[in-house]
Amino acid sequence: MWIKLLGIAAVAAVACAMPYIVELYQVEVLIILMFNLILAQSYRLVNTTGDWSLSHIVTMGVGAYSSALITKLLGWPFWLSLPVSGCVAGAIGFIIVFPLLRTVGFGFFIGSFALGEFVRLIWVKFHNPFGGPRGLINIPPAEIGPFDISDMIVYYYFCLGIAVISIWFMYRIDRSHIGDTFKAIHTDPTLCETIGIHVPAYRATAFIIGAFFAGIAGALMAHHQGAIDPHSFEATLMVYLIIFVVVGGVETFWGPILGVIVMTIVLELSRPMEEWRPLIAGVILIFFLVVMPGGLEILLPKGMAILRKVPAFDRLLPRGPA
Amino acid sequence: MALLETRGLSKYFGGLSALNDLSMEVETGEIRGVIGPNGAGKTTLFNVISGVYKPSSGAVYFKNERISGISPSKIAARGAVRTFQRDALIHDFTVLRNVTVARHLHTGQTLLKTLFSNTVKLRRQDEEKAEEILEFVGLYDLRHELAANLAHGFQRVLGIAIALATEPELLMLDEPVAGMNPTETAHMTEVIGKLHKERGMTIMLVEHNMKTVMGICEKITVIDFGEKLSEGLPEEIRNDPKVIEAYLGAEEIVVER
Repeated sequence: MWIKLLGIAAVAAVACAMPYIVELYQVEVLIILMFNLILAQSYRLVNTTGDWSLSHIVTMGVGAYSSALITKLLGWPFWLSLPVSGCVAGAIGFIIVFPLLRTVGFGFFIGSFALGEFVRLIWVKFHNPFGGPRGLINIPPAEIGPFDISDMIVYYYFCLGIAVISIWFMYRIDRSHIGDTFKAIHTDPTLCETIGIHVPAYRATAFIIGAFFAGIAGALMAHHQGAIDPHSFEATLMVYLIIFVVVGGVETFWGPILGVIVMTIVLELSRPMEEWRPLIAGVILIFFLVVMPGGLEILLPKGMAILRKVPAFDRLLPRGPA
Repeated sequence: MALLETRGLSKYFGGLSALNDLSMEVETGEIRGVIGPNGAGKTTLFNVISGVYKPSSGAVYFKNERISGISPSKIAARGAVRTFQRDALIHDFTVLRNVTVARHLHTGQTLLKTLFSNTVKLRRQDEEKAEEILEFVGLYDLRHELAANLAHGFQRVLGIAIALATEPELLMLDEPVAGMNPTETAHMTEVIGKLHKERGMTIMLVEHNMKTVMGICEKITVIDFGEKLSEGLPEEIRNDPKVIEAYLGAEEIVVER
């Protein structure tokens, strides 16, 4: 038990110390890392029912647009617009997923892409209120009550907190009866129907919860950047999200987190070769698909096994499957 | 009053009739065998009752309410639950987890409770109930084993445990002893017999294995070409010339050749 707490404390210490370890400009990367953690984890949640969605980045955009509009046009404070934007993204998620519940596998994949593009083209075509192709600018910086939290380091801690809360909620869902139901639907939807599980309702639930957290990530992003446009939520970014979960793996809860962290480090190291980044990402994607289709998470049990060989660690590490 | 009733049930696949004007009644507490040659429409009958297929005409009544046309999950929620001929289970879950996930209809673990309250107690309740079911079907010692690692016979028994976790009033078993060796068949027969005798469960059983059907069923319905050929006690069925000609007789001739 206490080894677990020790591990959590170590991770927390590293996460809190990070902005002071890295260069100041890299705090920006850390903030984006927080968005991506929420995004990849919520993508896995949708995926536990077996549905691969191509509209996840767009639902993130829904959160970004709605928070920007809520604060700009309605003048609501940021702390209120953040959860409301998550709910708006969840509602749009419901509209996207509803017709898709009749499809599975490839049909769902392509259908979600089409509906996501549909939402994105609405932003492009309607200048009022979405600002057309140039998007929205002058999004108010994040503040809570009288406190301005738009300072880089302060905003990093704020995003860290939101990411921890989001991931904690998603962890609870993953380990719950509902999480088990999602996974059971992935394996055998026919069996699930016969034991009284309303399969379409649960697939929709997973999608909507995923959209909610993607929307939260989007809202955090909008107030950080101060400007958003439809290009920020293109299919290219969806490919990066897929690379995150392919590199990390989706079988375990920790896969996407691992994938996002490793890919963030890789992309940061490749900063001197900026224009080669898409190529590097592509090579990594192909490498993992061909050589390690399970993702980095399959190394976790192996790493544990190596640690267990040291008697001192063996006594400390928790028993049973990780 | 009959627990399950089918009235003039027909199901066509294109021009082929899999069920043709089939009417039958299953009383509460009964253990009913449904037999017939290959392709007679036995599994189609289960698929129509459990809502996988909608009937082309006719209707199914369960507890005096019409259930044909509503979704399989709602039919299961009303208490009519079926098992499959194949190994229908979650292979990468443990045996225990397979049964707890099937507690779906009775779990009480909602999304709000999952997010904001401590569900350890609710979870424990589901596990206790699941352990009790596993004890009953004789899989308790294997409860921490992955379902994929079980022998075929145990996997089929687990299929019944999953169905039992929904607390059904009518249990429909689709060829429960298909492909089993004699030991596994004996275990399965014992489980079905216990369910009927100790729990008073109403059971409908589709089966090819004559010995099993004749041994445990109180009443048997014979189907051929989607129509009801005969219905009665096992001895009556055994001596019915129509049945012998359509099914048992034909099988004997095949065996003699």
